[in-house]
Amino acid sequence: MLTLLSNVLIDGMAYGMVLFIIAVGLTVTLGLMRFVNLAHGAFAMIGGYAAALLTREAQWSFWLALPVALVATAALGALLEAVVLRHLYRRSELEQVLFTIGLAFFLIAATNALAGPQVQLIVLPPLLAQPVDLGFRTLPAQRLLVIAAGLVVAAAAAWIVARTRFGIWLRAAVDHPDTAATLGIPIRTVQCASFAVGAALAGLGGVLGAELMPLEPYYALKYLVLVLVVVAVGGMGSLVGSLAAALALGTVETASKYLASDWGSLFFFLAMALLLAWRPNGLLRR
Amino acid sequence: MAFNKARRTLTLAMACAAAAGSLPAAAQTVKVGILGPFSGPFAHYGTLFKNGAEAYIASQGGKLAGKEVELIYRDTGGPNPGQTKTLVQELIVKDKVDYLGGFIFTPNAFAVAPLIQQSQTPAVIFNAATSAITDKSEFFVRTSYTLWQVTVPLAQWAAKNDIRKVVTAVTDYGPGIDAEAAWKSEFARQGGTVVESIRMPMATTDFAPFVQRIKASGAQAVYTFLPGGPPNLGFVKAYNENGLAKAGIQFLGTAEMDEFDLQKFGDAALGLTTAFHYSAAHDSPTNRTFVEALKKKDANAIANYASVGAWDGMHVIHKMIEATDGRKDGLKAIAAARALQWESPRGPVRIDPKTRHIVQNVYLRKVEKAGSQLVNKEVQSFGPQVDHGLGK
Repeated sequence: MLTLLSNVLIDGMAYGMVLFIIAVGLTVTLGLMRFVNLAHGAFAMIGGYAAALLTREAQWSFWLALPVALVATAALGALLEAVVLRHLYRRSELEQVLFTIGLAFFLIAATNALAGPQVQLIVLPPLLAQPVDLGFRTLPAQRLLVIAAGLVVAAAAAWIVARTRFGIWLRAAVDHPDTAATLGIPIRTVQCASFAVGAALAGLGGVLGAELMPLEPYYALKYLVLVLVVVAVGGMGSLVGSLAAALALGTVETASKYLASDWGSLFFFLAMALLLAWRPNGLLRR
Repeated sequence: MAFNKARRTLTLAMACAAAAGSLPAAAQTVKVGILGPFSGPFAHYGTLFKNGAEAYIASQGGKLAGKEVELIYRDTGGPNPGQTKTLVQELIVKDKVDYLGGFIFTPNAFAVAPLIQQSQTPAVIFNAATSAITDKSEFFVRTSYTLWQVTVPLAQWAAKNDIRKVVTAVTDYGPGIDAEAAWKSEFARQGGTVVESIRMPMATTDFAPFVQRIKASGAQAVYTFLPGGPPNLGFVKAYNENGLAKAGIQFLGTAEMDEFDLQKFGDAALGLTTAFHYSAAHDSPTNRTFVEALKKKDANAIANYASVGAWDGMHVIHKMIEATDGRKDGLKAIAAARALQWESPRGPVRIDPKTRHIVQNVYLRKVEKAGSQLVNKEVQSFGPQVDHGLGK
């Protein structure tokens, strides 16, 4: 019984962290910037594909390929933002939804045409590919990296948004763009940089989450629902809220796999509905 | 008078035109409609069919039984019975195809049964693996396999090799439940015990909890069935990373080590055991001819169960064209197909005259390394197997 409980908690935390890593980029673009970015999964996919390409075809080390893939995704995000997406900030939400879902479909088709429909694997270094003995059970080393990365990202992002000048600018630029501009805040730079960071975080999720959510062209839409649920339950723009939501939902999903797998994902979505009914504005907000 | 003559000429011309339309097909091209997913997430199956079918025709010198053959491809996308039915109706009525081939998904094959029955059009199933399909119309012939066909000998082998307790872990959808039923029924008959039956939801991404349950079940082996692609990769990865092999729980599968996914598992797949009817590493001249013909068609083509299903399917169509001399005669063609036996790239095979399903050897395979590539090395043949699923 105790083993079962600890299994649920450990696997739940590992799965929750993967959910968080995948969703954290969207917390920035959708949550903080209030831009309905349904192409989020596509950015994650691009980051993952870049890492897969570099480690497999170019034989780079994983530790070198990871930052390069993130920078590449950020650059693509910045480019798209500067050329196209910035025109959408002031449009209605429906128009944002339609445009970004169209962008996602375009990127799916492009990926399919360029790389083919098969699953892409990222070559992990031996250090990450082995199981780690926890005493009473083993856990893949890769999961430990995801847990650590999730905690670091949550802490760093929360600190930047709350404590740094850039964070203040970002919040000002989102809440009152006109006022912020008259106060001399370079809002175009802030928006573009934030979007690029959101895209890079999406790429991070794509790379680190690839063990559970394998990279293939339909990746961009397949896991979008999971990501949207995490951001919605966590509360718009609350990074710590997203973390709490991801951990709670991950644990519920894992417990149902141990105890009641015949019910499929029922309990995951039931938990989502209950949490949203209890705290409609986010898990950590009253 | 002149008016009358003109009318007579016109009538004659019309009669001629009508007659021309119904000229025997012998002089014309034989048309074969191939149905499969050529777009969307399953598009690679369409490519496998196309390579297998076209490589077969090329290997026969571009003609089958001296007739020109035209392959007409139609895209069904995913499991989509409604659209498949419409496409097949069009192929039969408008394109006037002589034969049909293809079919990845069971519901698509079920949907066309009334159409082929009514129009007497033979349809060769290259893949769809539910036993009951060939029951639905006498014009179905199948060159793939069924889950019962490969699972029953595997269960018998396990029981003979002192595996007494097994846990089943299958994806919770039609074929998975079929696989679970096949294993349970045969393994119980052999005196074994299924200690736990786990059904994993379709949308599962994290397989770690299921693997922990398998570990805790106290079984000596896990029998599993998962759809190819992401779920399959995810489960095998979780099996390896959580040290199940080290804990002494043997992996028993069927299509899991399919050549399309195989290289992606890496060295972790070494030693995994499956029972299946085709391995690209099957050591025979016929298989080498098949693999070479595929490579000639497309250097990246993969020899696996879907491309060999298409290759053998075209062989059956070839023999039906031969028996009917290229004319459209569904009854005669099917009668010829029922008696067929030949040497396939997978080994000696024949069509069971009663069920019109392929009878073939099933092999026990272990993943091994040949050079830098992983292969399914056949270590034992279970001999010819019928479809054990019919009549259950």
